[in-house]
Amino acid sequence: MADRQAAVVGVTTIPPLLDAEETVEATRVERGAVRRGAARPILRVLAQRALQAVSVTLLVSTACFLIVQNLPGDLAYRIAAGRYGYDRVTAASADAVRADLGLDAPVWQQLAGWWADLVRLDFGTSLVTGAPVLHELYVPVTSSLHLAGTALALALAVGVPVGVVAARRPNGLLDRVTTVWVAGSRALPPFLLGLLLILVFSVHFGWLPAVGHGTASNVVLPAVTLAVGLSGLFARVTRDTVAQIRTSDFVAFAESKGLGERAVLLRHVLRNAGVTLAAYVGVQALVLIEGVVVVESLFAWPGLGHALVHAIFWRDVPVVQAAAVALALLVVAVNTVVDVAGLGLDPRPRRRSVPS
Amino acid sequence: MTWARRLFAGVLIAASVALTACSASPGADGRNSGASTTLRVVGPFEVHSLDPSTGDGFFTRLQVAETLVDADGQGAVQPGLATSWKVSADQREWTFTLRPGAVFHDGTNVTPEAVVASLEIARGKPATPLADAPIEAVTATDGRVRVQLSKPYAPLPAVLAHTSAQVLAPASYGKDKTVQAVIGTGPYKVERVKQPAEIDVVAFDRWAGTAPAIQRVSYQAVGRAETRALMAESGQADVTFGLDPVSRQRVERADGVEIRSVTLPRTILLKVNAGHDKLGDVRVRRAISAALDRKAMATALLRDEEMAATQLFPPSLEQWHQKSVAPLGHDVEGARELLRQAGWVPGPDGVVTKDGKRFEVSLRTFPDRPELPVLATAIQEALKQVGIGVKVKVGNSSEIPAGHQDGTLELALFARNFALVPDPLATLIGDYDPRGADWGAMDWNNAELTSTLNDLAGGVDTATATAARTKVAAILHSELPLIPVAWYRQSAVVSDRVDGFTLDPLERSWLIDKLRWSA
Repeated sequence: MADRQAAVVGVTTIPPLLDAEETVEATRVERGAVRRGAARPILRVLAQRALQAVSVTLLVSTACFLIVQNLPGDLAYRIAAGRYGYDRVTAASADAVRADLGLDAPVWQQLAGWWADLVRLDFGTSLVTGAPVLHELYVPVTSSLHLAGTALALALAVGVPVGVVAARRPNGLLDRVTTVWVAGSRALPPFLLGLLLILVFSVHFGWLPAVGHGTASNVVLPAVTLAVGLSGLFARVTRDTVAQIRTSDFVAFAESKGLGERAVLLRHVLRNAGVTLAAYVGVQALVLIEGVVVVESLFAWPGLGHALVHAIFWRDVPVVQAAAVALALLVVAVNTVVDVAGLGLDPRPRRRSVPS
Repeated sequence: MTWARRLFAGVLIAASVALTACSASPGADGRNSGASTTLRVVGPFEVHSLDPSTGDGFFTRLQVAETLVDADGQGAVQPGLATSWKVSADQREWTFTLRPGAVFHDGTNVTPEAVVASLEIARGKPATPLADAPIEAVTATDGRVRVQLSKPYAPLPAVLAHTSAQVLAPASYGKDKTVQAVIGTGPYKVERVKQPAEIDVVAFDRWAGTAPAIQRVSYQAVGRAETRALMAESGQADVTFGLDPVSRQRVERADGVEIRSVTLPRTILLKVNAGHDKLGDVRVRRAISAALDRKAMATALLRDEEMAATQLFPPSLEQWHQKSVAPLGHDVEGARELLRQAGWVPGPDGVVTKDGKRFEVSLRTFPDRPELPVLATAIQEALKQVGIGVKVKVGNSSEIPAGHQDGTLELALFARNFALVPDPLATLIGDYDPRGADWGAMDWNNAELTSTLNDLAGGVDTATATAARTKVAAILHSELPLIPVAWYRQSAVVSDRVDGFTLDPLERSWLIDKLRWSA
């Protein structure tokens, strides 16, 4: 976590995006031109990412298939344990599973079958429950997105304003409080934080349900558990980026030509900081979607991590493959959004590719 | 100068308003909410399949589906969907009479044909008691259900009481005979199943028996024991299953809840490969048994001293538990002496050796029952005291049957439920089959035991049966093909909101129809 933060903070040496001699009027004209020229580069990004999505799907699903095949233990026994319960699996049920699923067929035949199904967008049925994989993964994917989205929104709503305010007076009181907050929230494991939140808000006050899924109040505790740690990171990254941009020449120029503090912040500082933040939020969004198994299990949240862990435990190959493909596609999707957001915020790549 | 402060304050207010709005919304699960007409049941089991042959029997526990035969807490069979049954003189043909006027939840009548269709599908599934019973045919004749056997089999009604034999409406099954919806005949019908975590049921208005006092029940699967304990304590669950020993001690002190316990017909066993060059000697098995300090393990790890097993059958299996048998005790010196008699003498590093071979074996277990890995390490330490080196391998449960089949298994630790079907005889016949069994004996057989079990299965009078059960228990107690370690107690936390809760020792039903809201 510290490495990633350092890496992102290192990126924040951004040269000014806007020419120093521009006036307020010039900026307005420039924006109009930018908007007209933005469509083609965005289309190009989308095309590249679509190609990437296809190749990632193929690579990830094939890798999953090979990894699951090479995990220790007999596949049929594992699947039978998933189907019939851990203490009712027997050699007879494992044999039935083997015959039912054709696990005796050569591995390359099974893989070819999977590819053929993939081309038809048929993800197959779960080996354990017998339900279609898409049906099995609908709840996990939507639940994960719901939880990650809520946690991100909360973390941004708290972290970014705190970072901006802290950057106004580096080493001031709020800045130091933020540093303590970052260290404290990162040092607190989500599992412990989640339990503490349940104890306070659910057991003691009785305001919020500890677990469950479906009503609006269910998402609050798990989302806050995740958002606490993230908000500190966002505050830190925002603070460093904003503080650095504030010391740059173009900000000094904007101030000396008489722009008010609010105008400097909104037009120059925040927009520059947004490029760094968008990339960083993208990375954290992926961590949130993929890496919150502990929080999911604590709050009984039926997310993608939970589904994937169960599927691996039971060697439910189609579900593992489809879940991994879903995760890979989410990575591509989030990266696409970050790219498009970057293009929207930073006009330079557009200018380079589409000279006006 | 003030914009930043205003921005900051604005966002904080917005966030707190959003949070408060969420928390103030009438959460159906909140402690003080008025939505209290729903009984909230919480347990560790997830809902992965609607198929009766798999999973944990959710739909019989929630009283959605019925079986032809029911059973009481002691395992005595009772009428279920069948009101009566009789067996032919040669013990090979059983006839079941259905409850008149019974209807499925979709409004269709229960016909013998529908029952036969359900049982035929159940019979085709592997690893179910029904598939293992010597059934030749199930037919619908003269408005009754007839089961023909290839040989006399007294536990048949008990086998038909197993959750995999539940009777579902024809509309429950899809084209490929997979279960698409659970349409049963019980006092509750399914309103919603949200896999893997939630099942909602409501009282069925055409149920002919006593109408249940509780109209709505909602089951929620919660994976972590800590979370379940907190839900029980905070009143977010009315009935909570699956508490770990530490949480149980804390919940005992909480207000507004009560803990109920019942001993289950389940024993934690050490499976021994009796065909093994080291473990085949009965003196070695007795030495292993004597090396175990069961009382200490039960007290320290299960937090329940009474769960130390003194014999294979727990006291709750009244017909099989033997009061007179000498309890399995802890005797380290005796264990060393037994090993010495078997030719194993201590080597330089404490591990006993014979003919230059060191006594080192592996023990397989799995973490699905959280006490198993810790008990395994306690056994490892106990056996080290007498010079047996044990390597504990915690893996997937399926590695035990797999190791049984390929012969690589040496020791295995697991919990065995003797009342998978209400009559333990059905389980024992399978587990002590002379050819061995995945979850039973391995490379061990005893002609006297086999013939006694077969006599019991053929149907004998009460006095003969009692003598036969005593004989079975005595053989297993002295030969130790499976070494008993601990018995099992099931606990549930019950909120003060409900009265009339009892735990079914056979775990067949949650008996929700007997519950009522307290005044």
